[in-house]
Amino acid sequence: MMAKIELKNIGKKFKDEEVIKNLNLTIEDGSFTVLVGPSGCGKSTTLRMIAGLDKQTSGDILIGGRSVNHIAPGLRDVAMVFQNYALYPTMTVRENIEFGLKNRKVPKQERDTLIHDISEIVGLTSYLNKKPQMLSGGQRQRVALARAMVKQPKVFILDEPLSNLDAKLRNQMRTELIQLHRRLGTTFVYVTHDQVEAMSMGDVIVVMNQGVIQQAASPAKLYGDPENLFTAQFIGTPAMNILNFSEVQGLHIPAAERIGYLGFRPEHVLMKQDLHREGFTLDGEIVTRESLGAETIYQIKSKAGVFFVKTFLEPMEMNSQIKVTIPYEQLYYFAPDGQRIRGIEAREKSLSFVGGK
Amino acid sequence: MTLWEKLRPYGMVAPAILVFSVFFIYPIFYMIYLSMFDWNFISPTKNFVGLQNFVDLFKDPDFMQVLKNSLVYMLLTVSLTIGISLLFAVWLNRTGVFYGFVQGAIFSPHIISLVSISLLWSWLMDPEYGLLNWAIGLFGFEKLPWLSHPSTSLISLVIVAVWKGIGFNTLVFIAGLQSIPKDIYEAANLDQSRPWKTFARLTFPMLSPTVFFLVIINMISSFQVFETIAIMTQGGPVNSTNTLVYYIYDYGFRFFKIGYASAAGVVLLVIVGLLTLLYFKLLSNRIHYR
Repeated sequence: MMAKIELKNIGKKFKDEEVIKNLNLTIEDGSFTVLVGPSGCGKSTTLRMIAGLDKQTSGDILIGGRSVNHIAPGLRDVAMVFQNYALYPTMTVRENIEFGLKNRKVPKQERDTLIHDISEIVGLTSYLNKKPQMLSGGQRQRVALARAMVKQPKVFILDEPLSNLDAKLRNQMRTELIQLHRRLGTTFVYVTHDQVEAMSMGDVIVVMNQGVIQQAASPAKLYGDPENLFTAQFIGTPAMNILNFSEVQGLHIPAAERIGYLGFRPEHVLMKQDLHREGFTLDGEIVTRESLGAETIYQIKSKAGVFFVKTFLEPMEMNSQIKVTIPYEQLYYFAPDGQRIRGIEAREKSLSFVGGK
Repeated sequence: MTLWEKLRPYGMVAPAILVFSVFFIYPIFYMIYLSMFDWNFISPTKNFVGLQNFVDLFKDPDFMQVLKNSLVYMLLTVSLTIGISLLFAVWLNRTGVFYGFVQGAIFSPHIISLVSISLLWSWLMDPEYGLLNWAIGLFGFEKLPWLSHPSTSLISLVIVAVWKGIGFNTLVFIAGLQSIPKDIYEAANLDQSRPWKTFARLTFPMLSPTVFFLVIINMISSFQVFETIAIMTQGGPVNSTNTLVYYIYDYGFRFFKIGYASAAGVVLLVIVGLLTLLYFKLLSNRIHYR
């Protein structure tokens, strides 16, 4: 049962507004793929087009090598978990789970076995005869999952399924979903606006903005090797610091005129002076300090702009004037249009002084 | 707690209680009181007759006919109005200039005065010169007597009531339909539910509070029917369109038998009260409230 999903040259317009522009994406069979991006970036629309709830304006969608352009949502062998669960309020939990099976004329005996097994897995056995409105948010979420699982689809589609849960339950369900994916081994396509959720769950993360895929890669690659300014700033908390390159002083770089922006991650900044590490140094003034327990986040104002620093398990820095170092290998360079420029090596500052003066 | 604190809440609700008592509670009890007297509205003396008015009422074959007419009128009007409105609502529940126009068009009778509507339909239903008979004549059917024969008079009045009522009912149904989240339909679609099944298992049960509300208000308003009867048929021919309120009006304000009319009023009160109770009992358990 192959369930590779291919989106080829997909375009989507609502009236005159183009929400998806020439999107190409292959979602591998059995992967946990997360579409992530700010609201209005087209991630939900992409998901709904895979499910067949919205029809693409142009392009082809293939599931398991078969074109589903003209196949009704119910016949695409996909199951969906909705943001607001979309449970049938008129039916009990059992009827909710059973509805799709009944419509597909699954025999009673088989239905009962399936419902029994699935409700064991998601822990709903004692709630089968209750109506959804009697259940808590987490339980409703489980019913929605059970309803999707019971159909044994090739593809699971999840549209921000955890956004209505409180933080603690969200973490718990996140873990459960990861385990569920391992257990079922089916393709999961998951939409979220929360980059932490995306990073923690996905094998492959597809970062989208304004209807265009910015980068599709593994979490580690997205973090360590972003393609562009958008991805760099979208992944990580706090986001990557971006300084306008024209305001940066003290970096000697070949072909500097191609560079628009300089980026570095808050957690790569060294607050302590360490003579053994060579790097780009910045003088600044600490504006705010936020202690999160193990981590401390500083907001620092420098001549080149405001940036954040994150330290881990270090005593809080109390001086207001500070000199920080960013190792050269942790610097990222971006062109004025936001594209990453790779293969640039910064030199020792002292050399640049020698060369400059 | 000071005296003022104890009395303040009563003081706050007093105006509402006063209005309610004077205009609703007092008339009901006064009607029940009057129903036990023989009085002609003018005479200074009222003769106490006990329950004689009720005995006379239930011995009167005309009154039995009136009860039957009211019931038939109510059942037909309510079921047809609700049924047709629901069909219209499901059809019109989408966006587009055409659907908006149809919605507006079927709503327009709701804002026209019943007197104008009665006159209009009297003319439409005229057996000789009416537009309706001309129209069915085009299809080769025989002319109908409409209001002028007992076999068709009551249903003719039902048609007028339904025509006036569907606009408002459709509007309320559309509001009910729009309160159902779209994603439930999408989930049903993914569950391969056929349109009829989706309607029967999801849409209709979720609309049941709306249906309940509309059935109640339609029942009450159909028992109150008066203007169309007064203008179009005056209860005739042969008592075939005489309903409770018109009967009460006839006896109270044309024959000035106030006691007798009050007795009929008590019967109306009991019937409406019982129907409401029955409805709450029957439907409250089976209604889906979100």
